[in-house]
Amino acid sequence: MTAAVEVHGLNVRYGRTPALDDVTVTLEHGKIYGLLGRNGAGKTSLLSSMAGFLRPSSGRVLVGGEPVFENPRAMGRVCLVRSTADAIDRHFEVKDVLSFAAELRQGWDAAYAASLLELFEVPHAYVRALSRGQLSALGVVVGLASRAPVTIFDEAHLGMDAAARGVFHDEVLRDFMENPRTIVLSTHLIEEAATLFEEIVLLDRGRLLLREQTEAVLERGTAVTGQADKVDRYVAGVAAESPGLSVLGEKRLGPTKSTTVYGELSAGHRERAAAEGLDLGPIPLQDLFVHLTAGEPK
Amino acid sequence: MFDNRSPIYRQIADQIKADVLNGTLNADEQVMSTNQYAAYYRINPATAAKAFQQLVDEGVLYKKRGIGMFVSPTARDELRAQHRERFFADVVDPMVAQAQAIGIPISDVLGHIVKASEQGSDA
Repeated sequence: MTAAVEVHGLNVRYGRTPALDDVTVTLEHGKIYGLLGRNGAGKTSLLSSMAGFLRPSSGRVLVGGEPVFENPRAMGRVCLVRSTADAIDRHFEVKDVLSFAAELRQGWDAAYAASLLELFEVPHAYVRALSRGQLSALGVVVGLASRAPVTIFDEAHLGMDAAARGVFHDEVLRDFMENPRTIVLSTHLIEEAATLFEEIVLLDRGRLLLREQTEAVLERGTAVTGQADKVDRYVAGVAAESPGLSVLGEKRLGPTKSTTVYGELSAGHRERAAAEGLDLGPIPLQDLFVHLTAGEPK
Repeated sequence: MFDNRSPIYRQIADQIKADVLNGTLNADEQVMSTNQYAAYYRINPATAAKAFQQLVDEGVLYKKRGIGMFVSPTARDELRAQHRERFFADVVDPMVAQAQAIGIPISDVLGHIVKASEQGSDA
């Protein structure tokens, strides 16, 4: 079976400014991906390329096995919802936006769209009369009801309040389970959405840093906390034994120190920490993300 | 909902084990589906499935093809045996350490345990 999206050696440049640098990544059917990266990491360029909105400077982007750029059939399989809602004409009414989507999308579910509008409390009005949060909600309605095999939400929650974002995430999950497809969520609100991601795609300065199961990434991050000199000795010892282990950061509070390490700890390493009275704790995905994308690459 | 101390799938697995231990879930009773767990906790269904797979591997649950997951008839006894084995290391030793750290004589702790268990057996 072909993958939902295949990106091979993708380069995107805006004039002389490189946005994506040799990105190769595959998205499979039936998974929810979290696309993470700092501002300017290239997330929107990657997603626009996947939707066929952007001509690659070099490299290939395939959707359902076909190049997607200027290919209506492949483009029809992708629905990209952007926070800017720039695909939505301000002079339309909400119902026009929906009927336009219905024409464009083979899998469009009009009844679902109507129930989502109610759920998000989007008024039947002109698009220009909608609040920022309501405009985002309208984008989410279009994305979910499109039932597109590849549905992408690029910061689609912009301006939504906490309650609306909760509804958004619940609906993504519910509809994904009823109609399995490839869903990509790009967000800076990492902790809010982290539990939804089966896999994470992490971009950093235009390059792919990792594409991996969320649980696997989380299990690799550990905060070692305890008496400062004990923590230092322990981390130095463990790092000497496992070459893949790296120190992401350190924090100190008086005699106590917490060192963040990234890499596999063996059962022996865990026992040694317990024997030394050191606490090994997990690191939230958002903190790991900050560490992994911080500063200049070594 | 989750304490961030261990992977979510392990916390779900632990919760189901606790339900089996305390009798909320009985032998041969069906547990909720992965999708129901996923929706309830707002987590990816693959994460919920991982918890179920762990419980099947450990013999706590068994799978009926096309129907769902059920509690193994021997699950409660096995979990009780496991918890008995770990009880002193997991519960008593940390309690003794804590009592010593804050200066409670062990005789006071023993006295309290005897009193509490007498009240427990009256109830």
